[in-house]
Amino acid sequence: MDFSYSAKEEAFRQEIRDWLSKNAKELPRWWFDRALKRPDLDAREFHDFGIRWHKKLYDAGFVGLNWPKEYGGRGATLLEQVVFSEEMAHARVPGPSNQIGIGWCGPTIIAFGTEEQKKRFLLPMLKADEIWCQGFSEPEAGSDLANCQTKGVEDGDYWVVNGQKVWTSGGHYSDWAILIVRTEPQAPKHRGLTFFLLDMHAPGVTVRPLRQMTGGAEFNETFMDNVRIHKSMQVGERGRGFYVAMGTLEFERSGIGAAIGRENQIKDMVQLAKETGKNKDPLVRQKLAQYFIEGNVVKYTGLRALSRQLHGLTPGPESMVMSAFGMEWNQRTSDFAMQMQGPYSRLIRDSKYAVDDGRWQYSFLRSRGNTIETGTSEIKRNVIAQRGLGLPRE
Amino acid sequence: MNFELGEEQVMLKTSAREFLDKECQKKHVRAMMDDEKGYSPELWKKMAGLGWQALAFPEQYGGIGSSYLDLIVLLEEMGRALVPGPFLSTVVHAGRAILNAGSEEQKKDYLTKISNGDIVMTLALTEEKGSIEPEDIHVKATHHGDHYTINGKKLFVPDANVADAMVVVARTKDSAHKEDGITLFLVDAKSKGIKTEVLKTMTGEKLCEVAFDNVSVPAANVLGQVDKGWSVVKQVLEEATVAECAWMTGGARWVIETALEYAKTRIQFGHPIGSFQAIQHKFADMAVEVEGCTSMTYYAAWAVMENDPNRALAASMAKAWCSDSYKHITFEGVQIHGGIGFTWDHDMHLYFKRAKSSEVTFGDAAYHREKVAQLINM
Repeated sequence: MDFSYSAKEEAFRQEIRDWLSKNAKELPRWWFDRALKRPDLDAREFHDFGIRWHKKLYDAGFVGLNWPKEYGGRGATLLEQVVFSEEMAHARVPGPSNQIGIGWCGPTIIAFGTEEQKKRFLLPMLKADEIWCQGFSEPEAGSDLANCQTKGVEDGDYWVVNGQKVWTSGGHYSDWAILIVRTEPQAPKHRGLTFFLLDMHAPGVTVRPLRQMTGGAEFNETFMDNVRIHKSMQVGERGRGFYVAMGTLEFERSGIGAAIGRENQIKDMVQLAKETGKNKDPLVRQKLAQYFIEGNVVKYTGLRALSRQLHGLTPGPESMVMSAFGMEWNQRTSDFAMQMQGPYSRLIRDSKYAVDDGRWQYSFLRSRGNTIETGTSEIKRNVIAQRGLGLPRE
Repeated sequence: MNFELGEEQVMLKTSAREFLDKECQKKHVRAMMDDEKGYSPELWKKMAGLGWQALAFPEQYGGIGSSYLDLIVLLEEMGRALVPGPFLSTVVHAGRAILNAGSEEQKKDYLTKISNGDIVMTLALTEEKGSIEPEDIHVKATHHGDHYTINGKKLFVPDANVADAMVVVARTKDSAHKEDGITLFLVDAKSKGIKTEVLKTMTGEKLCEVAFDNVSVPAANVLGQVDKGWSVVKQVLEEATVAECAWMTGGARWVIETALEYAKTRIQFGHPIGSFQAIQHKFADMAVEVEGCTSMTYYAAWAVMENDPNRALAASMAKAWCSDSYKHITFEGVQIHGGIGFTWDHDMHLYFKRAKSSEVTFGDAAYHREKVAQLINM
């Protein structure tokens, strides 16, 4: 048992620090000063800012750390990825953009795609020249993803696709999507889906923004009306789309990077408590200490999972237990940050007297989505109980 | 970065499990609850034969020379089996104090005897207020030539009824700075003027009231520096706190495994109750709790072993988390078992009670959260 880093990892840490000391100052001041006005997080301007920063990270070799070198990645070790996340979070700079692409779509194409698909899509994805989104959920297929109704009918070298997807995050500025479509209506529902890559600019694709409770529109409904998808865009075998999609969801962020983000969140809350004199309230001290501890529980349990992976051991329950807990942590802390503000908690962005220009109000609202996206807390608990602990399905 | 147990630690864990499955069954645990001594000297000797008391003491003092972390691995198994008796008080509470502060002679003498299983010891720290803060140390030791005279009362002293010697934390000087003026003494438990009374506890643990009435202790028995004892206590408290966490983690795992087994086999409405989401979600939360216990305990054990700058923070985080988690896990352990979990005959209440006791040993969750708040500069 040893929690220290090797010389190689520390050298990588230094490389990141050197780079950040030169480049982080080019970020706009509003990024670092929470009292300054920042663009709306859902706005095009914010998106474009993210892409510009992404390209700088790419040029420095800090994008696609976990991707193999042959596909333009860095081929970094798991621990180097941890070090990168730590340093980025410590410096409080934004990470790469195109996260759905690089985190989910790319690894899926690398694992299941054809050579042609890899050549065509991976590099533009890494450079954020093409932005990706995900088209799994539908009005009738939420937690029960296999109930997907979007229909594909074979037509020569093409599939003709009709249907609707929901919660397409970033769909309004995406160029491509990963998509599951029912191609075998006669087969059992888990075996009737096929996985495709969809050109979001193709004729028949309509993206309509869905306004969230934050007031912004980060996700969308995507309608497909006789959209023609060439067969070369199929990923994995016909009828195996559900299993490819399950593979995609396995690539969900390891959560290691989020650990320092949690420390930052607590630091900001401690700062907020000090500014308002609430740091002397024993209840506030108890709560903030508890959140700090919980953040570390997620961090060290994540490192345990990583350690098993590093030593080639099969993942145990520690690898899955923290997903729901971490998401709920976001909600608890966001809620409490609001509580500390008392009557001011009602004031939002652009309001006179709003605390930190409404950033806490935004995260309070946004965090409610955390226990729904990428699987609800309830589904995640089912997974822990059934897959982690071996309890029988109902 | 490596969170895995080493090969020898795995072996230690496995052999401890096998030994305790045989030698420390629940029948024994229950018998010791009512036993006057509260432990079996025969089992004590057997453990010494396996080198358990000696495990983490250096070879020159009769120990085996394994690490503190190895001791933590063993304690997790002992907590799982609810081993009754003075192991923690002898090996961790008193033993670590002697290891950290003792003179060569004291270490050779006491640690060798502990390692051989020849003596039982304890740490007399808390008093009527039940606190582990320096301002609440009032038992007084006054200096007279070649000896000290101790007066006052200690409370919640574990295993003092069977201890041959104890480390007594006493005030030797009144000072505005409360950490100053505290001294540790090695005291023969049979000394004239010591009166020990066992208190009746929920768990059957032998927590004692120890009254000191003009107890004379040779000046040579000062452990560490006169008036500077609190830094030793602080260090021992961190080590003992993490040791308690390991004990708790082991118990929590037994509870979850036992409840899981029950939920898979108990049929109601034609299905195993473990197939119901109401039960499954309880288990999911318990899994979060117990995995957190393991992660935080082993991180803290590593920090203590390496004397990492974060060791106090790591120990407090671990104890806050384990205190809440172990207790909640045993609440659910009882609930999932239904009526049978509420009976005296089922073993669940043994863990339930121990969780409650461990929760308040060396500071409960609220106490350690406040420590964390201070350590993160709130």
